[in-house]
Amino acid sequence: MAFTTTNNVKISGISACVPKNVVYNKDYKWISKKERNNLIKVVGVEKKHTSPKGVITSDLCYVAANGLIRELGWDRSEIDLLIFISQSRDYLLPATACILQERLNLSHNTAAFDVSMGCSAYNYGISVIAGMMANGGFRKGLMLTGDVSSLGSYRDKSTYPIFGDAGTATAFEYKKDVPPIFSSLQTDGKGYKAIIIPEGGFRNPPSKKTFEYKSYGKGMIRHRAHVDLNGIDVFNFSLREVVPHIKNFMKEIESSIFDIDYLVLHQANKLINETIRKMLRLEKEKVPSTMKEYGNTSSASIPLTIVSELNKEVTTKKSSFLLTGFGVGLSWGSNKVELDKIICPKVYIYEDYKEKYGVKQI
Amino acid sequence: MSLNIDDFIKHLEEEFEDDIQPGTLKPDTVLEKAIALTSVNALILISMIKVEYDVEVNANDLNKCKTINDLFNVINKKLN
Repeated sequence: MAFTTTNNVKISGISACVPKNVVYNKDYKWISKKERNNLIKVVGVEKKHTSPKGVITSDLCYVAANGLIRELGWDRSEIDLLIFISQSRDYLLPATACILQERLNLSHNTAAFDVSMGCSAYNYGISVIAGMMANGGFRKGLMLTGDVSSLGSYRDKSTYPIFGDAGTATAFEYKKDVPPIFSSLQTDGKGYKAIIIPEGGFRNPPSKKTFEYKSYGKGMIRHRAHVDLNGIDVFNFSLREVVPHIKNFMKEIESSIFDIDYLVLHQANKLINETIRKMLRLEKEKVPSTMKEYGNTSSASIPLTIVSELNKEVTTKKSSFLLTGFGVGLSWGSNKVELDKIICPKVYIYEDYKEKYGVKQI
Repeated sequence: MSLNIDDFIKHLEEEFEDDIQPGTLKPDTVLEKAIALTSVNALILISMIKVEYDVEVNANDLNKCKTINDLFNVINKKLN
């Protein structure tokens, strides 16, 4: 079992940024009113924030990071590690983290790289960055996660009403005598086709055919550079794997789910998350959700939910968290962390921030 | 573990409270008549069975069941 315990690393702050534009699913005319109501009830997304053309994940992460650095009062020259984790990077190459190192005015002594993950991005990211920092080689690190998924097909009811856009930043510090960070990570690559953009990468390079729209069932018209999501497969996978994974993880760290203050799940959809919550016999108050307001924001969903729903708790007291992500890969993982009076500014709105402080492009 | 069909019917009534009038379901009620088995309702049903009985039924299982009793038997069989 891929299970790690990391000492001497503290999470000092978390921030999130969303675009201003809000799309309501009640206005999603591509499907019938009845279907819309059913969808809102079961998937749980009433509205989501979607990026205007040209605003992408790294832009939202840039604002989240810049705001967080300012609130933390960090000297930028002290930041020596930057990791960007997303399924919507700027270019096939170079790594987006390299571009963000320059945009964020970080020094040349910064290690910067990307990790390609989605729904489990935050969990893999915490394990990677904490593992790198645990020996004191790095003192201050930033992990940026997020996705702009709204570039999918409007005429595909299996994806369009579900996804929202967001970028986040999480600050890590090397510090002695802080509670350990526990992580458990898992993979089932057999299910790699369950959530996939089939063409446009190196396996199937883009061709004219890539962009031909085709019907893949009622209400599902898209081309092959759009996200293809098999809802039933993802649903079955989530219900089969997540609860045993959490129970094993709790056993491994000799803890009980009932001793944890909050379980923050990747915001997959309401039915999946509610089923997991009920299977774990946890009260609603312990399992916050942002599906209703922001939709499924992929690799941003866990930190966005903390920033949006638990802002007061994390800034004023010490609480324990179980963070669990699951999805594209198929990949899933959990971390147990303590957040003790961290810096957590309110969710930034991209355009408002840009107007006030500007956004550096290179 | 032995199951009680009355409990199962109660869970169905609770889960689909908008569609089902309490007290109207019988073991031989046709499933499709009680709940329109749209893809969404099928997922809700699968999720309810997972939560209450920790049993995995799939779309194929549901298609084979005519009555509520048939579905109840599928769950029972998977449990034992």
